[in-house]
Amino acid sequence: MRDAFAKTIHEIAQHDARVVLLSGDIGNRMFDAFKSEFPDRFYNCGVAEANMVTLSAGLASCGLLPVCYTIAPFITYRCMEQIRVDLCYQNLPVVLVGTGAGLSYANLGVTHHSLEDVGMLSTLPNMRIVAPCDRKELTTLLKHIYKTPQPTYLRIGKKGEPDLIEQQAVELGEPTVFSSGTDIALFGTGTIMAEVLLAGKQLQQAGRSVEIANIHTLKPLNQTYLQNLMHRCQRIIVVEEHGKTGGLCSAIADVFARSELKGSAPSFKFLSVENAFSFKFTGDQETLRKFHKIDASAIYNAAIET
Amino acid sequence: MVPNNSVLLQLAAQIRYRIVELSHRNHITHLASSLSCVDILCALYFETLNLSLENINDPQRNRFILSKGHAVLALYAVLEKRGILSADLLNEIGTNNALLGEHPSMNGIAGVEWATGSLGHGLSAGLGMALAAKIQKQSYTVTVLLSDGECNEGSVWEAALFAPKHGLKNLTAIVDYNKWQATGRSQEVMSLEPLAEKWHAFGWNVCEVDGHDFSALTDALNQESPLPKAIIAHTVKGKGVSFMEDDNNWHYRVPKKDELEKARLELLGK
Ligand SMILES: Cc1ncc(C[n+]2csc(CCOP(=O)(O)OP(=O)(O)O)c2C)c(N)n1
Repeated sequence: MRDAFAKTIHEIAQHDARVVLLSGDIGNRMFDAFKSEFPDRFYNCGVAEANMVTLSAGLASCGLLPVCYTIAPFITYRCMEQIRVDLCYQNLPVVLVGTGAGLSYANLGVTHHSLEDVGMLSTLPNMRIVAPCDRKELTTLLKHIYKTPQPTYLRIGKKGEPDLIEQQAVELGEPTVFSSGTDIALFGTGTIMAEVLLAGKQLQQAGRSVEIANIHTLKPLNQTYLQNLMHRCQRIIVVEEHGKTGGLCSAIADVFARSELKGSAPSFKFLSVENAFSFKFTGDQETLRKFHKIDASAIYNAAIET
Repeated sequence: MVPNNSVLLQLAAQIRYRIVELSHRNHITHLASSLSCVDILCALYFETLNLSLENINDPQRNRFILSKGHAVLALYAVLEKRGILSADLLNEIGTNNALLGEHPSMNGIAGVEWATGSLGHGLSAGLGMALAAKIQKQSYTVTVLLSDGECNEGSVWEAALFAPKHGLKNLTAIVDYNKWQATGRSQEVMSLEPLAEKWHAFGWNVCEVDGHDFSALTDALNQESPLPKAIIAHTVKGKGVSFMEDDNNWHYRVPKKDELEKARLELLGK
C-alpha cells in the first residue's frame, strides 16, 4: 500500500503545484520519482515528527497542501498536541499518512503497533479519518481527499496487502459495499477487510445473506447508511484492527445508542483488540490477529454463534 | 577480572557473528545499526557497568538504557555473552510466540531497563533515573545509548537542557555516531554538525572517541566529571563485516545464506 501512496501522491502533485511531501526519515527510495521531479517539494524532516507536523501546518497556512508521511504511531501519538492545536484548531489542510496500520508491524513490538491512533484522533474537532482497505481504494480516496482539503489522517498498511476492490464504487464518506445482504451486516475498516471478506465469503457459502462493507471514512461516519443497516439486519458484526476504545466499534455502538430504532434491536458483536498492550510474546501480523480474535475464522465464528 | 583488549576483540567478533546469524535465521532487520554499537556495548558490559546475573535486579545496580531500541540484537547478544540472557530465549527472538521481540520490551527480561523502539525517549528516562539516584542518595550511574538520527528529536535536547542544570554527573549519554540514519547521511538529513559542540554548548562534559577502540571507550566512560557526560563515539555502521560497513542498505536488509558464510569467515576466521 505504501507504494500505491507514493505513486498516487506523485500523480496528485503533478496536477497541483501546492502539494508538498514531507517524510520523517522513513520510506527509503519510495519517493525517488517524486523527489527527482519535484526536488523543492519534497522534504525529509528527519526523526523529528512533532516538528514536521507543525511545520506542515505553517506551510498550509501559506496556501500549500502538505502531506506528512511516517509510521502510524509516530505521526499520531508522538504529535498529538501539534495535531490538535496546529492542524485541527487552526483547521489547516494537512494530510497525515500513517503507514503500518494496526498490527502491520506486529513483530516490531508495542512501540510500532497502532491500536489507539483512531481513538485518539477521532476525539479531535475538524479531523477527518480515512482507512482504505487496499491500493485501489487508497488511490481513489487520496484523490478525493485532495478535492476537499482539511485536516485528515490517512491510515494505511505497509506493503504486500491483497487487492480487494474489484468493481465496487469507492467514494469518500460512503462505505465501500462489497455485497448487499439482509441477514448479517459485516463491517470492517481498512486493511482488516482482507479477513472480513474471507469470513463473509464463507458465510455466504453457508447460505447467509451478508452485507459486507468497508467503513473507510471513520470520521465523519456515514450515519444514514449505518442506521439503515440497523433496521435491515438482525445481526451486526464490526471488526477492526484497533483497540476496543475509540475506533469503529465504539463509533458504531455510539450511533446505535443514539438512534431511534423501530422494531427489534439487532444483536451486535464487536471484534477489536483488548485494551491492553500486547507484549507478553511476539509474533507477526497473522499470529497477533489470531491471538486477538480478529482473523477470518474468529469473525466467522462470531457471526454464526447464537 | 577485567578482560584485556584482545579478549574483548574476540568477544566482540563472536557477538557480531551471533547478531548476523540471528538476523539471517529469524529475519531481523536493523542489522547494521546493531553492528555499529557492539564495541560500545562490550566496553560497557565487560569493563565499566559491573552488571551480572547476580546484581541485575539489585536496586543499587548501574542502569543502562538502549535508547536506539532498534539495535536490540546487539543488546541481547551482549547480555547473552555476559550470562544475563539465556541462549534459548535469544534463539527464538522475533519468531511467533517468542518472548523476545524486535525492540526491547517490558516483559520482565533481566537487563532491559526501558522499553524502547520509538526514538527520543531513552535520555529523558535516564534523566529520571539519574535524578532519582540523587533524590534517594544512591550511588548508581545511568548510561544511555543514542543514535545520531535520534538526535533529530527535540526531546533529546529537552533532556540535554535539564541534566547540567541539576548537576546530574551520574548520567552519561553516548551517541553512536555512525553518520547514517534510516534514509540518508545524518548530516544531509539535518544539520547535525557540529554535534560535539552542540552537547558542549548545552553544558555537558563532551568527549569524542573512536567508538571501536576499547581503551578509548573505557577511558571516556571512566572519566570523573562534575557534569553529565556526553560521549560522541565515532562509529561505522555495519562495523565488522566488510560488505556491510558503511552501506546503509543493511539498515533494512537481512543476510542470505552465502552472506552469512562470508560474514562468519570474516568474523570467526572459520
Ligand atoms: C520516533 C521514531 N520515529 C521513527 C522511527 C523509525 N526509525 C527506526 S530507526 C530510524 C533511524 C535510524 O537512524 P539512527 O537513529 O541514526 O540509527 P542507526 O540505525 O543509524 O544506528 C528510524 C527513523 C522510530 N523508530 N522512532
